[in-house]
Amino acid sequence: MSVAAIHGLILAGGSSSRMHRDKAALQYRGKTQLDRAVELAKRHVAQVFVSVRANQSLDQTRAQHAMIVDSVEGEGPIVGIRSALAAHPQAAWLVLACDLPFLSDAAVDELLRARDSKSLATAYTSAHDGLPEPLCAIWEPAAASLLADYQAGGGLCPRKFLVRHGAHLLAPVDARALDNVNTPEEYAEAAATLEASAPMQLKIQYYALMREQAGRSEEVLETAAATPADLYAELVARYRFTLSREQLKVAVNSEFCEWSRKLAANDAVVFIPPVAGG
Amino acid sequence: MNFRFTQTAIDAEAARRELQDLSAGGYVSFEGWVRDHNEGQEVTRLEYEAFQELAVKEGDRIVAEALRRFPVKRALCIHRVGSLQLGEMAVWVAVSSVHRGEAFEACRFIIDEVKHRVPIWKKEHYRSGDSGWVNCERCAAEPHHSHTEQLQRVASNPK
Repeated sequence: MSVAAIHGLILAGGSSSRMHRDKAALQYRGKTQLDRAVELAKRHVAQVFVSVRANQSLDQTRAQHAMIVDSVEGEGPIVGIRSALAAHPQAAWLVLACDLPFLSDAAVDELLRARDSKSLATAYTSAHDGLPEPLCAIWEPAAASLLADYQAGGGLCPRKFLVRHGAHLLAPVDARALDNVNTPEEYAEAAATLEASAPMQLKIQYYALMREQAGRSEEVLETAAATPADLYAELVARYRFTLSREQLKVAVNSEFCEWSRKLAANDAVVFIPPVAGG
Repeated sequence: MNFRFTQTAIDAEAARRELQDLSAGGYVSFEGWVRDHNEGQEVTRLEYEAFQELAVKEGDRIVAEALRRFPVKRALCIHRVGSLQLGEMAVWVAVSSVHRGEAFEACRFIIDEVKHRVPIWKKEHYRSGDSGWVNCERCAAEPHHSHTEQLQRVASNPK
């Protein structure tokens, strides 16, 4: 059996009851979190849709994106996921809630690479309770009929669904990546954190095969990447580097370092392809 | 610094004098040369490129480790960068010590570690007109190879 292609689905149909305003339209650094989520997904999969309820399809924030309007009855995120699976029955879905302001390219990249297409879903476990995170996950076509049964039996919670039916689970790359924002207080805190981590300038040098693929030996880049892992995911999307992260080492300021090192403004970053001296 | 790069031909005779030590009774050196074939392809020339700032640090650490691990007197490694013709010397390692045994061991240790750890890359140009970065192009088609596996492949298959 061939492996299903993956489309992106951004969930933005929630009622935002605790926020008292439309979550999709909340802005970070001058951009709505819906736009941020769509752009993030587009860096990793070719086609991205926004999941909306029928009465949201003319909404300004949402209407500028390709949409999948709910086609099944009911409440909650399962409706959006089921509608996407029904609209493109052959596809798997990278499902992302729109309210994950700290979700990084590295986390999405890791999820896609860890995908097990034979499971119903591939998901991170929560850093808080170890349970699957259904709204930053890859849902496979095979989940469609089981989700329908689950909903018909009164089930509402996609997390409980994954606990009951099983999913391929992986540990989160960083503790905050999956923090969602539900209240005005959480929003204020997240906005302040993201404002403080304003894009910074990094100097990146390229060598050997990567120099040829990037078409340059160095550049100064404005980026919000927090770690070399985030930065590499961003650069792969830009330059289509053929080397995977596992094949590389990384150096910051002319010393080898971990992929999770926190980057600072003006750091000099070098990705090191497999060496061949002697 | 006991590791350095040169853009021009390695002068092994001159470098050898840096190893001289009246308490040393043995001297071992290794030269790596540009060979005319690799993995079934006819090679016409090589280009070496290095991330020099980090490479000299890592190379120097390797020689320092050798001096700690083996009771030798002195050790030095010089690596060429740039475009090299067939038969030219790409790398030179030398060790002097009181007795020969540890000099052989330390020399072997240094060249093996340099091949594994120092950020130097080699592009082969082939008779066919093709070219490729060693360990990078072929493994790009097999992305699940780990770094170490590729490096082991290099180590068991010296230039």
